[in-house]
This record gives sequence, structure tokens and C-alpha cells, in this order.
Amino acid sequence: MVLELQKPRPIWQIMFSTHHTDVGLLYLITSLAFLFLGGALALAIRAELFFPGSQIIADSMTFNRMFTVHGTTLIFLFLLPFASAVGNYFVPIMVRYKDMAYPKLNAIAFWMIPPAGALIWLGFADFTWYATPPYSIISAPGPAADMWIFGLKILGISSVLGAINFIVTILKCKHPDMSIGQVPLLAWSFLTSSLIVLVAIPTFAAALLMLLTDRLGVSGFFNPAMGGDPIAYAHLFWFTFHPEVYVLVIPAIGMMYEIIPRFSRKPIFSHSSGIFAFVLLSMVSFSSWAHHMYATGMSFTEKTVFMIGTLAAVPASAMHVFNFIATMWNGRIKFATPMMWAVGGIALFFSAGAGGVVNAAMPLDFQTHDSYWVVGHFHLFVMGTIAFGSIGFLYYMFPYVTGRMYNERMGQVHFVLSFIGTVLVFFTQHVLGLYGMSRRVYDYPPIPEWIAMNQIATVGAMIIGVSMIIFLINIIYSSGKGKIADTDDPFSLGGKYYWPYEAKNPSH
Amino acid sequence: MGHHSNWPEWVYIGVVVALMVWVGAEAWNAERLVEHIPADAEVIKVTGQQWFWTFEHEDGTKEIGELHVKSGKAYKFEIMSKDVNHSFNIHDYVVLLDAVPGRVNTVWFAPMEVGEHDIQCREYCGLIHYNMRAKLIIEEDESS
Ligand code: HEM
Ligand SMILES: [Cu+2]
Ligand SMILES: [Cu+2]
Repeated sequence: MVLELQKPRPIWQIMFSTHHTDVGLLYLITSLAFLFLGGALALAIRAELFFPGSQIIADSMTFNRMFTVHGTTLIFLFLLPFASAVGNYFVPIMVRYKDMAYPKLNAIAFWMIPPAGALIWLGFADFTWYATPPYSIISAPGPAADMWIFGLKILGISSVLGAINFIVTILKCKHPDMSIGQVPLLAWSFLTSSLIVLVAIPTFAAALLMLLTDRLGVSGFFNPAMGGDPIAYAHLFWFTFHPEVYVLVIPAIGMMYEIIPRFSRKPIFSHSSGIFAFVLLSMVSFSSWAHHMYATGMSFTEKTVFMIGTLAAVPASAMHVFNFIATMWNGRIKFATPMMWAVGGIALFFSAGAGGVVNAAMPLDFQTHDSYWVVGHFHLFVMGTIAFGSIGFLYYMFPYVTGRMYNERMGQVHFVLSFIGTVLVFFTQHVLGLYGMSRRVYDYPPIPEWIAMNQIATVGAMIIGVSMIIFLINIIYSSGKGKIADTDDPFSLGGKYYWPYEAKNPSH
Repeated sequence: MGHHSNWPEWVYIGVVVALMVWVGAEAWNAERLVEHIPADAEVIKVTGQQWFWTFEHEDGTKEIGELHVKSGKAYKFEIMSKDVNHSFNIHDYVVLLDAVPGRVNTVWFAPMEVGEHDIQCREYCGLIHYNMRAKLIIEEDESS
């Protein structure tokens, strides 16, 4: 076992290390820092919306910048780096290799993240996380907008480098005794999500460059005043970012595949159907991008095609849910903190998927599109499913990383409060959307139902905020002062359920 | 990988697929009906710009921030933008379509009852997006 934090080492030794667990630790700490930064913005946004009128945020421009940076941060600087942290720790161990295939490349991919994060935060752009032209070309103030573009460009390259590393590590460096079918599902999740990254990201990388030259005025790809087409950007953007949502969710499902069987004390119901569903998802993720664009004026035929493409992804997602439930069925379940997060995440995954089907059905999307419904929908995924799976996994790997146990009671309180908060905020936002409230608004008319629902959502957000403070205290305190973990079986599940992998680390 | 029978999973997948086929078919049919624009619909040109709406009726009258229509008649909106993307939205009538510079998007509706409804912008368009609002005023049709 690798107990990074137990051996006192100077910080620069970790920073300049290329060893996979050190890079994993860097990813982990960075992603958590951005979780708290981005989360703070969310709380400010919710506080502003507690009443109609101007509350704590001085003007709408500041508000617009805050939700833009909030979304960009939590997707690109929390969820993605967190997944990379987990992949770095576990993929080499699971395929029984000494490190990632290209350790230096791995460190480089990580070190692209802090400067990109700095560009995004110091610039503080306002054009939403999709930077739609022509607004982003003719209206969005620089240098913030340009800094955002450069930041995203760097993050895209970092993602592609990371993906190449995972793919090669899994396919080429796995132990010769191990067939690809025997590779654990968590590693499979990194294989499939990395393949999506390779196919999806270059499209957006090109679009970003075109956006930049459009802003400089030397081209007019997306600028109608110069004969360009803003809808072309929307297609390029969503061609990358619909698949990207699966890049986010697939590793989180992989993490649940690690947690659910251990804490059910049963083998996974069907390893092969898990692999099958991952592969299927990674392919159908490319068939649905324009479901974000029904309202741009697409023809009936186009809309129909993308609706079918979207609905086609549902059975594959549903297979994972089945696999989880069938694994827990008749298991001797231990509801320790990681298990609670995983099970809560699966429940919210199911609810979120139901809302997604509503969005996909063309006539219904004209009710929900760009209203608070959509905000509720995707937060049930990004927060309710992906962050829940990730946080559960953080508790799960905590003894492995630090050699100590977190405080179980605090972990459970963290879960319960977060779950209540998540339901309050995001279920309410669905209803608020049906009542017609637009997203991305700094102020809203004093309609009593709108006020009430906004207040429920704000209270929910504050509950999540409190739970996150408990979380922060727990991990900081426990990594220094927590009980020494029994690394053979930290959750007292009966030893053989914990580490099924030969985890030997030659350089430590 | 246990040797268990897998028929419950197949039944389950079958149910999910059947549900999706049903949702898709219903949605396809409903959208087909909704998009059929009546031939006698009167054209209203809608222009979005930062941060207000302008309406031009067939007879050439223009309105800013208010739109007067008659109940019981069908209207076809031709939606345009002068600057950045906006989205024309009358939530109470499920009218929603983007205003994209360089394009004309069309959508229709037929107000049934006299009354007032909110018109808003549903696509982020900058500083005053939150207050890019107008009023829809539906009046009695005296000519019929
Ligand atoms: C798997 C995890 C998923 C994630 C992370 C996710 C994430 C998102 C995000 C971020 C958006 C909003 C983008 C924006 O406008 O800012 C969105 C919208 C949408 N999602 Fe999902 N989604 C997921 C699954 C699904 C599923 C399973 C479906 C359908 C079966 C679906 C259907 C839709 C549709 C149709 C929209 C467009 C809604 C609109 O703007 O009108 N999503 N999703
Ligand atoms: Cu999508
Ligand atoms: Cu707007």
C-alpha cells in the first residue's frame, strides 16, 4: 500500500514527482481546492436569488461572471481532475503495472491545470460555459473572454494527454496474465471515457481557435456580420460536450462499481454487462449532441434524428442501474459513508435520467429548454450523480491515501445533509422551470411561486454548504490526526472484500 | 463473473427500450402536429436586440415591448435578431424559439383567451438579459 501522507516528505518532492500516486495526489488536492472555490460562487448566486431585486451581488455583470466561472470551474477544474486523481491512483494498480505508461507526460498533463485555472479565475469571463457566438465575439468583454478561451484550450490539451496515457496504460501495460475482460470495471471506465475524449475534444479545440480569431476580427467563422454562422459553433460545441458529459459520468459509475460490490460483500452481478454498457455508452454518446439545439430552429427531421439518438443512450445507462441493484440484492450491505454516497448517487442518477428523457422528447423540451428545469436536470447529474460518486470514492480511498480513517459520523452527516440539500435545490429547480423562470438571470419578477421556490433552493444550497464545511474539517483533521487505518480492511468488511488487487508499489 | 441466469436483465432492458420507443413515438407525433402552421396565420415579425423586443404586424404597425393580438386568431412569428442570440419565449403558450442573427426562425400560436402574458428572453445575451421582457396582450376580436 502506498501511504503518501504518512512519510513526511518535503512538498517539492511530491510536486516534481512523476510517480502515479504523487500525480494522483496533486490532482486530488487541486480538484478539491476548486470544488470549494466553485462552490462558494454557487452559494453567492443562490443568496442573490433569495429575493427578487439586488441582494448581495452589486450588478448583473458580476453575477454573469460568477455563474460562468462557477460552471467552468466545477466541470473542468473539479470533476475532471478528480476523476484523473482516481485514475492515477488506481488504473496502474488495477492493471498491475508499476506506473502510468508515460509518467512525464502524466505530470505535464497535471501541470497544465493550475495555469489554466488561473487564467479562468483571473479573467472571470461572463459568456456562460458555452461561450456562444456572436455574443462571445462581439459583446463579451476582454481580456476575460480571451483568457477563458486560452484556459479551456490548455485544459483540452491536458485532457487529451491524460486520455492517451490511460488508454496506453490499460491496453499496452496491463499484466500479460490479465485479459482485457478481466480488467476491473473502474479501469474500464477510464478506458471508455478516454476514448470519448480522444474523439470529442479536438472538435471543440478547433472551435475555440476559430472563436479566438473571430474575436480578433481576422476571421468570421461564427460572425453573421462577416458571413459566418453562429449555429455552426453550437454544433461543434455540443459535438464535444454532449459526449463530454459521459466523460464525466462514466468514471463516476466506475467508482460506484468499486464501492457497491465491496460494501454489499458480493461480487458484481455482471462484469460483462458492465463492460458492454460502458462501450455502448461511449458510442451512443456521439449520436445526440443537437438535443441541446431544438430551439435554434432545426428542421423537424433533424430534431427527430437527435431525439432518437438521445433515447438510444438510455438503455445503456439503465443497465448500470440494474447491475448496481442486482449486486446489492441479497447482499450483506454495510452502509458506511462511501456506500451511502454511492447508493444516494444511483438514486439521483435515476431521477436525473427521467428528467433527461423529458428534455429529449421534442415538444416537451420547448417547455424546459433554457429554463431552471435544465439547471435542475444537469445538476442532478453533475452534483447528484457524479460528485456523489466522487465524494463517496474519496472517503473510500481516504485510508489508502493517508493511512488514517476519516470520522465516520461526520462522513454520514455530510452525506445526509448533502442529499437533503441536493433534493431541495434541484428538484425545486425543475418545478421552477415549469413555472417559466429563465436560467442565467440576475433578477426575476416578484411572482410569489417563483420567490418561494427560489428560497427553497437557496436554503437547500446553504445546507449543502454546511455539509461541505463538515467535510473539509473532517478530511483536514483526519489526514493528520485520524485513527490509524487498518489498511488490509479499513471498513471492517472481512478482509477479502477490500483490496482484491496485487498492490505493490516498487518505488516506495 | 458468476454463473447466474440473466433473464431478469433482458426483461428489464426490454421494458426500458419499449418505454423509450413509446416516448419517442408520442413526441414525434405531437411535434408533427404542433409544427403544422395554419395557412391563414397572420405574420408578426419579431426582432430581438440587446435588450428589448420589437414587433411588426402585417399591416406595418410596430410595437416595442408590447404585443397586441386578437384571441381566436392564428399568428406566425418570424423571429430575427439584430445583434447576438436571444430566445423568444411566451412560456404560458409554450412558444420558444431562438432569435439568431442572420436567420429567420418561425413558430406559430393561436391565443384562445383574452388576457396578459409575459414575454421573456430565454437565451443568455449579456448585461440586461434578466430583464429583456415584454407583454403579450390578447384582446377580443371585434371583426368576428
Ligand atoms: C449522463 C449524465 C448526464 C449529464 C452529466 C448531463 C448533463 C447535461 C448538461 C450539462 C446539460 C445542460 C447543458 C447546458 O445547457 O448548459 C444537459 C442538458 C440536456 N440533457 Fe443531459 N446529462 C446527462 C444525461 C442525460 C440523459 C440520459 C438524457 C436523456 C435521456 C439527457 C438529455 C438532455 C437534454 C435533452 C438536454 C437539453 C436540455 C435543454 O437545454 O433543453 N441528459 N445535460
Ligand atoms: Cu446532451
Ligand atoms: Cu437574453
